Amino acid sequence: MVGGRRSTLMNVLFWVIVLFIILYTIFPFYWAIVSSLTPPSDLFNTPVHYFPEHPTVKAYGTVFRNETFRRALLNSAFVSITTVLISLVIGSFGAYALGRLKFRGRTLVLYTVLAMTMFPAIAILGSLFTMVRTLGIYNTPWALILTYMTFTLPFTVWVLTNFFQSLPLELEQAAYVDGATTLQTFYMILLPLTAPGLVTTGLLAFINAWNEFLYALTFTINDSARTAPVALALFSGEQQFEIPWADIMAAAVVVTVPLVILVLIFQRRLVEGLTAGAVKG
Amino acid sequence: MATQSIQPSQGVRKKVGLSEAAKRTERIAWLFLAPTIVVVLAVAAYPLFSTIYATFFEAKLGSAKAWEYVGISNYTRLLSNSGWWEAVWNTIRFTLGSVFFELVLGLGIAVVVNSKFPGRGLMRTSMLVPWAIPTAVSSQMWKWMYHDVFGVVNDFFTRIIPILPQKIAWVASDATALPALVAVDVWKTTPFMALLLLAGLQLIPADVYEAASVDGATGWRQFMTITLPLLRPAIVVALIFRTLDSLRVFDIIWIMTSGAFRTESMATFNQRQLIQFQKLGYGSTVSVAIFVVIGIFVVFYMTTIFKEEV
Repeated sequence: MVGGRRSTLMNVLFWVIVLFIILYTIFPFYWAIVSSLTPPSDLFNTPVHYFPEHPTVKAYGTVFRNETFRRALLNSAFVSITTVLISLVIGSFGAYALGRLKFRGRTLVLYTVLAMTMFPAIAILGSLFTMVRTLGIYNTPWALILTYMTFTLPFTVWVLTNFFQSLPLELEQAAYVDGATTLQTFYMILLPLTAPGLVTTGLLAFINAWNEFLYALTFTINDSARTAPVALALFSGEQQFEIPWADIMAAAVVVTVPLVILVLIFQRRLVEGLTAGAVKG
Repeated sequence: MATQSIQPSQGVRKKVGLSEAAKRTERIAWLFLAPTIVVVLAVAAYPLFSTIYATFFEAKLGSAKAWEYVGISNYTRLLSNSGWWEAVWNTIRFTLGSVFFELVLGLGIAVVVNSKFPGRGLMRTSMLVPWAIPTAVSSQMWKWMYHDVFGVVNDFFTRIIPILPQKIAWVASDATALPALVAVDVWKTTPFMALLLLAGLQLIPADVYEAASVDGATGWRQFMTITLPLLRPAIVVALIFRTLDSLRVFDIIWIMTSGAFRTESMATFNQRQLIQFQKLGYGSTVSVAIFVVIGIFVVFYMTTIFKEEV
């Protein structure tokens, strides 16, 4: 596939593979959209229709009128954005120290951070539950913001350290010659230069927080603090006995769209951040 | 450094000033790290130790009742619990299955995307989407696709390409539930794998292939003798990441089968013990055991693949 000489057969095979990959990745989304636009009477009918015959946006109306779901979207947005902002502020200081300053114990801290990005969230579930209860924040967004730090903060520090390290060394030296303190050098010179890194890291942390399920399921009990993934997993319609698949698919599409837009806009950045975070290990 | 450059004339004291400056840098470094360390201690280190502590007690979650010291009986009970061992075995089967297919498919996708063709950008973007959406969402989407009567998967394999004699309850039978879940996980995480491998592929210089072409090596031989060996470091990293991730699988299983039909994983087993049955001591023991199992995998990777690497 790399060489220049490709026979017609190879060409056909190549395009079949490309087509299969696109189909495999895209079809479930296509199916969610089609199902969300199909009236329930058609949905529960065989044979299956691959195009909606009587398309309707009724399911979207139901979803947006659903108080539980609207609340869940707001909770998700609040939790994710707050988590990311706190992680970025705390993490950028830590990453600056790890990426630009020389000190004993640096390697140890760096590897601890790396190990923590692989930390199994389930391993501290019971203790975190007790902690959240003791602090009186059970079933509030703060329970999630606090516990999400276990994975967003190490991740942020790790990726940002890589960004800081990639900046040329002369920067600080020039600043020091001009008499700037370390703190001034950090927030006046290096931080603005890492702005693209902050955006990338923030986005990745946002996606992680937005998608989190285990803690969101465990540390909330009702609509007041539930996030969108949990609300979607527990989605039940007005009728008790029939699973409202059209509504669930509409909700799935609604939760997915913001992420697809983010991915489309920041595609290159996301790929860079992802591979920098992983490959540089 | 600062002291040195600001006061260059102080001759003898220069050396002292340097180490002073170094000390100062060190102090500042720890000061900058302090918030990170405080948070990590509070939300990770402390809970980790209190989890280990709790394993020696009989304690109810969220109850004020005093804990009762029980020694290592939680551990002996867990080791003789067949439900736990089944969860371990299911998790390992799940991990082996999904990591294997992710690696093969991811490699294929990475090689395809690495070659130039029209629509390459579109394909790179479409790859990112399954990775970006919440697992809870993709699980629901697939659950509907797997529906035993009205699901599109059954329709596809009985009507469009009729290779199945009848419709199958994909996520509601012992034989198919776990493979069906693996397929969802593969769908969701192959793009991530492909991106990591793609980054590795792009590091291989093009002239290596040109030289091989001059020597008459064909596509497949080039792949086996150049691409795979040079891609090894990237493969190892991706393999470790995905294995550790896969061993913690929770969302897909909780949503699609709730652990029924031989799909209970270590994480769903643990959450059930801790939260549903509120056994803080016993559940914490499960947590520690999961740590040990993951640790075994890490040690295995370190001693086999990593060793060869160095």
